[in-house]
Amino acid sequence: MKVTFPHMGYLWIPVSALLRKLGLDVVVPPPITRRTLSLGVQHAPEFACFPLKLNLGNFMEAYERGADTIIMAGGVGPCRFGYYAQVQQEILWDLGYKMKMVVLEPPKGHWWGLWKRIRWLIGERSVRDLWRALGFAWHKFVALDAIERAACWARPRAAAPRDVRRAVETAVRWVHEAETADQVREAREEGVSLVRSHAVRSLRDPLKVGIVGEIYTLLEPFANYRLEEKLGALGVEVDRSLYLSDWIRAHVVLDALRVSGEHEVKQAAQPYAPHFVGGHGQDTVGRTVLYARHGFDGVIQVMPFTCMPEIVAQSILPRVAHDYGIAVLTLIVDEHSADAGIQTRLEAFVDLLRRRRSKKKHDAVARAQAGK
Amino acid sequence: MVREGGFPPGTGAMLGRTALIPSSLSHYVKRPERRSKPGSVHKDDKEKNSRDNEPGDAAMRKLYLGVDVGSVSTNLVLMDGSGTVVADVYLLTRGRPIQAIQEGIRLLAAQGWDDAQVAGAGTTGSGRLLAGVIVGADVIKNEITAHAVAALEMVPDVRTVLEIGGQDSKIIIIRDGVVVDFAMNTVCAAGTGSFLDRQAARLNIPIEEFGALALKSNSPVRIAGRCAVFAESDMIHKQQVGYPVEDIVRGLCEALVRNYLNNVAKGKEILPPVVFQGGVACNVGMKRAFEEALGVEVMVPPYATVMGAIGAAILAKEATGATGRTRFRGFQVASVRYDTESFECEHCPNGCEIVCIKMEGQLLARWGSRCGRWDTVPEEQPVRREASG
Ligand code: SF4
Ligand code: SF4
Repeated sequence: MKVTFPHMGYLWIPVSALLRKLGLDVVVPPPITRRTLSLGVQHAPEFACFPLKLNLGNFMEAYERGADTIIMAGGVGPCRFGYYAQVQQEILWDLGYKMKMVVLEPPKGHWWGLWKRIRWLIGERSVRDLWRALGFAWHKFVALDAIERAACWARPRAAAPRDVRRAVETAVRWVHEAETADQVREAREEGVSLVRSHAVRSLRDPLKVGIVGEIYTLLEPFANYRLEEKLGALGVEVDRSLYLSDWIRAHVVLDALRVSGEHEVKQAAQPYAPHFVGGHGQDTVGRTVLYARHGFDGVIQVMPFTCMPEIVAQSILPRVAHDYGIAVLTLIVDEHSADAGIQTRLEAFVDLLRRRRSKKKHDAVARAQAGK
Repeated sequence: MVREGGFPPGTGAMLGRTALIPSSLSHYVKRPERRSKPGSVHKDDKEKNSRDNEPGDAAMRKLYLGVDVGSVSTNLVLMDGSGTVVADVYLLTRGRPIQAIQEGIRLLAAQGWDDAQVAGAGTTGSGRLLAGVIVGADVIKNEITAHAVAALEMVPDVRTVLEIGGQDSKIIIIRDGVVVDFAMNTVCAAGTGSFLDRQAARLNIPIEEFGALALKSNSPVRIAGRCAVFAESDMIHKQQVGYPVEDIVRGLCEALVRNYLNNVAKGKEILPPVVFQGGVACNVGMKRAFEEALGVEVMVPPYATVMGAIGAAILAKEATGATGRTRFRGFQVASVRYDTESFECEHCPNGCEIVCIKMEGQLLARWGSRCGRWDTVPEEQPVRREASG
């Protein structure tokens, strides 16, 4: 049995570490490229979500490298993610790809079913082994997030965007290569300082933009057309609302204990989106409110074309923008998006934020003078 | 560059202005009725222009060059320090942006302007990077900012800018002189001037008569405007059923406006003053359809089709104001040899198409890689797949 799983940002590093620790034979799909996309687009139904198409491309490329078993997360709520696995399974079988799909639902419902699937995967390994492996993977999650955060901070301060990109690649490789929890910690510390060392320019008060939206497009740079790097190159300090470990913490660990992890976010969304709209629609609204309260210059919502929960959020965001006086840009991505179009929107958005800021300053000065 | 229909595609309807295209300079289109600012200088009507705009007379006047390169059209303007447009050129890009830019520069040079006067250059549009490298720009700006800056110059208290060009459409929301929101549609063909051109051709109506024809209609036909393909087949259907052509034309304008308001302008608060610009703005049928749909007056500025270039010129003035120095290479760029070469990178399955711009055989700039690999000159030379230009 050779297992594979879909890409989502750096998810592959902790997940492959986890599976390898459990003695599984892992095939990591090759990094997402245009080929992955065109494979997915070619074989998925046209109306399927963008992430589904990319996942499918991952599976097909992993199959070429010998994978025969797919591990997928399941979804809950009214969103289409819940059907991903079935749809993909059928497409693969139709194509004659003999791959078995193991769906690990977040532990909201059937504990027994989930356990049976895990048991099947790990075979004779003990629960202690599983626990240890999870702990090790967790360290990697945390390390990767720290590196990504450092990158967001360093990009607007770097001499060339390429420098930070290279540093991140190196740091991430260190995390991947780490074999023990101590090595992961070391990789994290050294990786973060390597990335931060490229911040050669000191910025007193850079523009700050928060990124919210659908999780896959938030976390996978290929899907969001390297949004964070583009903004960084424009001199913007980016804060992404969701990192891998946050997501795991809130949705897997805490959900399992029936605790809501994002109370603050939900509360912030309350006046605008009281209902659970599936996916992260409600989070999107709540996080936008929080960014506004924390004095960010703008928020960018990124989502796949026809993503239902995010469309609901999109329709609510103008009200948030109005109430809090924060600028919001929605970026809708799919296989038809063009890099140039996204670049143009981002440049225009950053111009907008700059001009708004200088106007605010100007107005404040004018008010002060009028007061004298 | 002989144009079949007499008007560049993507301009929507240059209403009733057939006679205004000088046969000698059929490359570009002049707009009549310069309302607030003096007209541009065209070879064949110099004597009609105010003395101010004579290149010779104003020899020492500082000028700013604005270049807007889109996939359909390439526009250039020369603007003086007071914001007056002294020359403008409208060309078709025809998939050869470099040639279009050079031709535009040549046309401006032919009017007698000289290098010493150009105090700054700015570029915008989807080809802004290329144009910036070629002319030597002081500022390279996205088209949304450029259009907003130009609209603010023309109508300082503008609060909404509607822009429909040949290749895309946008809406820009401005409050207190600052852009606060915008949206842009580059995907849907039903929202662009090229779509109107196609339909005009299908109905056998010169695009320049399109707008006036729409005004004649009293009972527009409702045409499904959700998507270009539907709109087209619906229109053909209505035509076969025998509706009067003016009603169909007006119906098309309304469908386009509906499409624009439902897609591009969705969720935006459209407040007057409303400025309508871009190639399609010269189509009076479209202006009227917008006014009816919005219930407010819609203004079309005198240089509606070249607003992007005007914005770039204004930004060039801002950018050079502090230093007084410009990177503009001079009008001789029209005769320099520029080549573009492209090749497909084979280092990973992304297969990026890398574009190299060369001036007299020397590498000026290179872009197109997703990973940044080719952004600088490497030692190794890639496998060259194709070369053009
Ligand atoms: S969250 Fe959006 S992209 Fe994801 S499955 Fe649901 S609809 Fe599709
Ligand atoms: S330029 Fe970079 S991303 Fe593009 S094909 Fe080459 S190696 Fe891959």
